[in-house]
Amino acid sequence: MAKILLEMKNITKTFPGVKALDNVNFKVEEGEIHALVGENGAGKSTLMNVLSGIYPYGSYDGDIIYDGNVCKFSNIKDSEKLGIVIIHQELALVPEMTIGENMYLGNERGHKFAIDWNTTYAEADKYLKMVGLSESSKTQVKDIGTGKQQLVEIAKALAKQAKLLILDEPTSSLNEEDSRALLDLMLGFKKQGMTMIIISHKLNEVAYVADTITVVRDGATIETIDNHGAEPVSEERIIRGMVGREMTNRFPKREGVTIGSTMLEVSHWTVHHPLYPERKVVDDVSMYVRKGEVVGIYGLMGAGRTELAMSIFGQTYGTNISGELKIDGKPVKIKKGADDAIKHKIAYVTEDRKGNGLVLSQSIKVNTSLAHLDAISKHTVIDGDKEYAVAEEYRKKLKTKTPTVEQLVGNLSGGNQQKVLLAKWMFAEPDIMLLDEPTRGIDVGAKYEIYCIINDLAAAGKSVVMISSELPEVLGMSDRIYIMNEGKFVGEMKAEDATQENIMAMILQSGRGA
Amino acid sequence: MNENKMSVGAFFQKYTMVIALVVVVIFFAIATGGNSLMPGSINNLISQNGYVFVLAAGMLLCILTGGNIDLSVGSVVCFAAAVGCVLMANKVNMWIAVLAMLGIGLAIGIFQGFWIAKVHVPAFIATLSGMYAFRGFSNVVLGGFRVDITNEQFLMLFGGGRDCYIPDFIRQWTGTTGKPNLTCLAIGGIAILVYVLMTVRKISVQKKLNIHQSIPGQIITTALISGVIGFIIWQLASLRGFPTVLIWIALVLGIYQYITTKTAIGRHLYAVGGNEKATALSGVKTRNVYWFAYASIGLMAGLAGILTAARAKGIDPVYGEGYEMDAIASCFIGGASAYGGIGKVSGMIIGAVLMGVINQGMNMVGVDSNLQKVVKGLVLLGAVVFDVMSKRQKR
Repeated sequence: MAKILLEMKNITKTFPGVKALDNVNFKVEEGEIHALVGENGAGKSTLMNVLSGIYPYGSYDGDIIYDGNVCKFSNIKDSEKLGIVIIHQELALVPEMTIGENMYLGNERGHKFAIDWNTTYAEADKYLKMVGLSESSKTQVKDIGTGKQQLVEIAKALAKQAKLLILDEPTSSLNEEDSRALLDLMLGFKKQGMTMIIISHKLNEVAYVADTITVVRDGATIETIDNHGAEPVSEERIIRGMVGREMTNRFPKREGVTIGSTMLEVSHWTVHHPLYPERKVVDDVSMYVRKGEVVGIYGLMGAGRTELAMSIFGQTYGTNISGELKIDGKPVKIKKGADDAIKHKIAYVTEDRKGNGLVLSQSIKVNTSLAHLDAISKHTVIDGDKEYAVAEEYRKKLKTKTPTVEQLVGNLSGGNQQKVLLAKWMFAEPDIMLLDEPTRGIDVGAKYEIYCIINDLAAAGKSVVMISSELPEVLGMSDRIYIMNEGKFVGEMKAEDATQENIMAMILQSGRGA
Repeated sequence: MNENKMSVGAFFQKYTMVIALVVVVIFFAIATGGNSLMPGSINNLISQNGYVFVLAAGMLLCILTGGNIDLSVGSVVCFAAAVGCVLMANKVNMWIAVLAMLGIGLAIGIFQGFWIAKVHVPAFIATLSGMYAFRGFSNVVLGGFRVDITNEQFLMLFGGGRDCYIPDFIRQWTGTTGKPNLTCLAIGGIAILVYVLMTVRKISVQKKLNIHQSIPGQIITTALISGVIGFIIWQLASLRGFPTVLIWIALVLGIYQYITTKTAIGRHLYAVGGNEKATALSGVKTRNVYWFAYASIGLMAGLAGILTAARAKGIDPVYGEGYEMDAIASCFIGGASAYGGIGKVSGMIIGAVLMGVINQGMNMVGVDSNLQKVVKGLVLLGAVVFDVMSKRQKR
């Protein structure tokens, strides 16, 4: 039995009206990678915030024992002094600053009145090398991709002499390749004796990297699964713990849907980058989707999937867009602006629900009607009763969990926010729905419900395009799959022919060809 | 027990500024020996602050779009009024002068809105330049001197001088004289009746749709507001009646309340302030929303120019200085978010009244005018600090 580095004992944390953590016990051995999994709102982040001192000693009950001593952190600095460093899900880097400046922000090298830039950059370079980055620490953060930015975050943590590194959803914005590299880096650190806690929704990654898995549900630790064995623990086994039941089928069956005629046809679609017009973001893409069909577009992040969808949706992305669109067999020109796309019965459900999708400071009701105010108003005067009735109808239809539709969207969980976003676009009565990562960052139970909604849409004769970077989801939900890489479609497959292996092979092949 | 406590906390949080206003009113009522609640004081409070309500209504829309403000309104008030006064001094028909003032305000609003909405000039800068420019224009138009208004009809209609009250038609008709002013009471009575009927309708619709909102709470709110309106109307009636400026204030506030709560453009204002990208992707022409907000405040600046000129019976090149700050302060004290997307006309009214009551109370008590500014500044800071703190607690 290895030494216990961290023990959190009987942690209880209450917010006004809610018990976020209820008598949680959590042990981490020295030199292991310990995964913390659970549905959204289960209490994982709260637990880590207690550990790192964001919720100071006294605001919770219970003890934190680290390296044999009881700790009473009053802020993050206290925990960082002991080598507990947390890397948050949202990257916290200043884009205009250099990597070096970012790494030592708030922790500047030198003496009180002047920063020693030579030391700063020399040390920064050292840590960058440790995380496998070849960039100079004088590069501006905005000039490197998200994958590398995540590595900078880790280098920044290492620079703080981390002994216990906490990574909150470190791969949520990374593509498969970068994710794998990051996980391997973690395994490398483990060999050097570092202890790590990883919070993740991606269970295959958890199974790959973690030695021990602790499942949190409803503010309590449910079980701890040992993953030292040669065979990684199965995802189904973890899910069972998370949702409290066996998920026999992660993807609901679509039944009784007949696929009709072609609804949307895109040919030779080319889109250029809005800031660097010489760069082609989408390159000569042709595709079609039929009535009642769910078409998956799989590609890694940065492949141009979002850009493709948004450029179709009223040219809301890109410049110098060329190509042809046909809706229901007739050629159409959609003017710039989402309003014209909506008139053509297209909806785009964004991947970034907080940034591009919802008005968080407004109610479910207001968000539901926003894209289709005409339907509930007369001469631009809104019929409040009608609006309420509509919001209520969609709340019931999509089983959104909320006390009332007057609830602010900002107070909802990710899964419920996603449902409001879907409600908004379903209410806009589109024939064609472009769903961009419809299940990103939401928990397993909510995902299943979203899949059911997608099936209902198809059953209602809508044409659904589902963009996703989760292969199992694309395979499980689509009738047909397009594979996209570096702005081009590199393949098309029927769902029954597609496997994880042949899709990945297509992407690798196209990469080599280019 | 615990639940009860929380609801009390929530109550205080929701109605902080109302409670603050009540406390301030009571404080000055005591400090002035009841003078601050006398008919004359209430009348003055309304007449003196007419421009604040009008400008703050316009300002609220700008703030809703994302905490944007309009610094130029004080200068535009002066410029519009200057043009109108010069026209009237040259015997131009009063209505043409009125239309000119409103037109100038609207045109300036559209002009500034163009730069903000279409060229993406930050609102702060676009209106700061307007603040300089139109102050200069005012001086040019006035030739550096005060211009007086002698048009009695104009003064009467827009609230200047002694006789700017709605004549007591009812007593004229019935051939009686004396007080209280029956027309004023009738208008007030109708206003309260309409308000009560609207609440009744709202509650019945809520019942029909199964919306759970505290019915006793709504009844109490309605009763309290009706009571306050009734008190004000009674006090006004027992003096000279319904000041004409109150018509304009009520009209503007009514229209803005309607715009913000019932119309699509109102909804767009909140949505743009809450999340511009999401709003644009919902098919809203977001830049036009900005344009609308700035055109609207331009028009309000024109109206405020009319009210200011009428009240002062003329215009002086320095009039209107600092008006923008009164309007901005009213909105923020009234709970508008400095980041946009949050704010109500009702809150703004509370904010404007609070500022007005403090102003007037301090004058009556005889507080030094410099100290008055200090107090106003602290009230603004305090209100916003409280707002920020209470929101942080919620997390």
